[in-house]
Amino acid sequence: MALDVSERRIRILVAKAGLDGHDRGAKIIARALRDAGFEVIYTGLHQTPEMIAEAALQEDVDAVGLSILSGAHLTLFPDLLRLLRERGAEDVVLFGGGIMPPDDIQKLKQAGVKELFTPGASTQEIIEWVRQNVAPRA
Amino acid sequence: MDKRQWLEEVYRSSPERQQRFSTVSDMEIAPLYTPEDVSGDYEGKLGYAGLYPYTRGVYPSMYRGRLWTMRQFGGFGLAEDTNARFRFLLAQGQTGLSTAFDMPTLMGYDADHERSRGEVGREGTSVTSIHDMMRLFDAIPLDRITTSMTINCSASVALAMYLVTAERQGVAWEKLGGTTQNDMLKEYIAQKEWICPPRPALRIVTDTIEFCARRVPRWHPVSISGYHIREAGSTAVQELAFTLADGLCYVEEALKRGLAVDEFAPRLSFFWNVHNDFLEEVAKLRAARRLWARLMKERFGATRARSMTLRTHAQTAGASLTAQQPLNNIVRVAIQALAAVLGGAQSLHTNSMDETLALPSEEAVTVALRTQQIIAEETGVTNTIDPLGGSYAVEVLTDRMEAEAFDYIRRIDEMGGMLRAIELGFPQREIADAAFKYQRQLEEGAKTVVGVNKYQVAEERPINTLRIDPEIEERQVYRVRKFKRERDFSAVGSALSRVARACRSGENLMEPICEAVRSEATVGEICDVFRQEFGVYTDPGWL
Repeated sequence: MALDVSERRIRILVAKAGLDGHDRGAKIIARALRDAGFEVIYTGLHQTPEMIAEAALQEDVDAVGLSILSGAHLTLFPDLLRLLRERGAEDVVLFGGGIMPPDDIQKLKQAGVKELFTPGASTQEIIEWVRQNVAPRA
Repeated sequence: MDKRQWLEEVYRSSPERQQRFSTVSDMEIAPLYTPEDVSGDYEGKLGYAGLYPYTRGVYPSMYRGRLWTMRQFGGFGLAEDTNARFRFLLAQGQTGLSTAFDMPTLMGYDADHERSRGEVGREGTSVTSIHDMMRLFDAIPLDRITTSMTINCSASVALAMYLVTAERQGVAWEKLGGTTQNDMLKEYIAQKEWICPPRPALRIVTDTIEFCARRVPRWHPVSISGYHIREAGSTAVQELAFTLADGLCYVEEALKRGLAVDEFAPRLSFFWNVHNDFLEEVAKLRAARRLWARLMKERFGATRARSMTLRTHAQTAGASLTAQQPLNNIVRVAIQALAAVLGGAQSLHTNSMDETLALPSEEAVTVALRTQQIIAEETGVTNTIDPLGGSYAVEVLTDRMEAEAFDYIRRIDEMGGMLRAIELGFPQREIADAAFKYQRQLEEGAKTVVGVNKYQVAEERPINTLRIDPEIEERQVYRVRKFKRERDFSAVGSALSRVARACRSGENLMEPICEAVRSEATVGEICDVFRQEFGVYTDPGWL
């Protein structure tokens, strides 16, 4: 019998894009999501959007949480959205976190990033948001 | 009455407002410290400023003789943008420069590399070739200003570019003063900017130590850094322990080259984070000096005072700042800076209030610099050397920090030293665990961050932040491509082959790298040689 879709655990790829090495936040979020019962895959540092899109497909994830603290968010988030779309994975929920000015957050949300968390966000807040906004893909 | 009697008969009946009192690093703190808690003899543990074990300060007259260097870290956009910021800061009374490079430069990529997209000039200034370095220091007299360059895996190239810039300004290398951070061990532990695996990276660092000892005698080739270890979420003790253990590893490597300890150890310098927990930070800086002096003397038989003195830069804690109610950050920075001064730092960067939002604006960076000037010239804390020395609480904390850090160092020794410990992932895991624990304490309310988990406000008043024009990247990429087309290709090629041969033969890399820089080879091309010869390191992705 096929596993009921609603029973399947949500799979999340926590990814670090760009050249910077700030992984404190990404690792804490990955651990907190795992402790909250999600299946979590962590890419490690210095990934390109291509590598992340590829990993999202390979790992068949429901969401990608992208952490960027290098200031390249206006380049890397749109790249990843485009690559997911090109690979027919536009239903993968993309959310993220990092140091981003409010105007940039607005732009990225309009482009299709579902939510962006900034310094001071709690892991509980993020876990709650994932529960509300990410469902197992059909 | 003794302390125990007081605790039982007097203190116990008074209520406490929480169950447990601990530092931000979760070190438990007693209600009161007395002479009973302080052990050891005065001369052996504290003594006098400028004398072993240097607990009270590395120089006899400390800030009565000379204030610390006010060194604000800065850099963004094109080299000429940062050059203008440098000149602004010098005009404001800053006394030393500190360069922030962008991520591509720091990771050893040229501005026109595919991986540099979106990151050129963003977190620092873009330096691809010798021409960028010359623009960066245009009209700044390198024989009179000391410069710190925060760069690690590509530090050998940045240093070579700086040396060649000096050559072209007509300044002899012997006159150059400054620092390259160049601390690769802490990269694998915390900051995570790397090119090759730890062993060849350590070889390149040792090459720079050896080269500077012989050719650039006033340069600090390595700034052994706890800053990033702390930012990654370590405790104060872990910062202290892992940093000193990194230092021991560099000393051992340099000794293996046949250098005498007193030949290079005087040029090793340090870099600490200064966090919110005031007394803990003061104690950490004092414990660091004493422990390093003891290690250098007892383990390596150092005899020159300068080999034993831990001279340090300090920076207030970026991770302690909040995006919420950013003006509060001015207060945090002031308190942290005061701890750095009472801890006896030689150089200090104060963070700007807007750094959790963007690179600092000119207004924010000015307030940060003024904070140091107020501490230096208004508060009077510079009148007395080590004014907190003798405080029972500070002395007990200093002893505990030293003892706990030494425990870690012993464990690392047993693993075979820091390089091996890093390969085993030991410090990395210790830090990740501490960071996760702190986050939990924050979310449970056991620790407070004002404006984040207590005293929040709904509406935030936006502050003006610095915007980096995306056109900067286009301009730099265009400039780099044009420059590359116009170079003498064969000169670049043969200079790069010479670097490759030195990688293989074990010859000191610095002279060949200087030659490559003179031949207009870029940072990316030289680092590509490292990639080819030494391999590429990838993040193990430990959670």
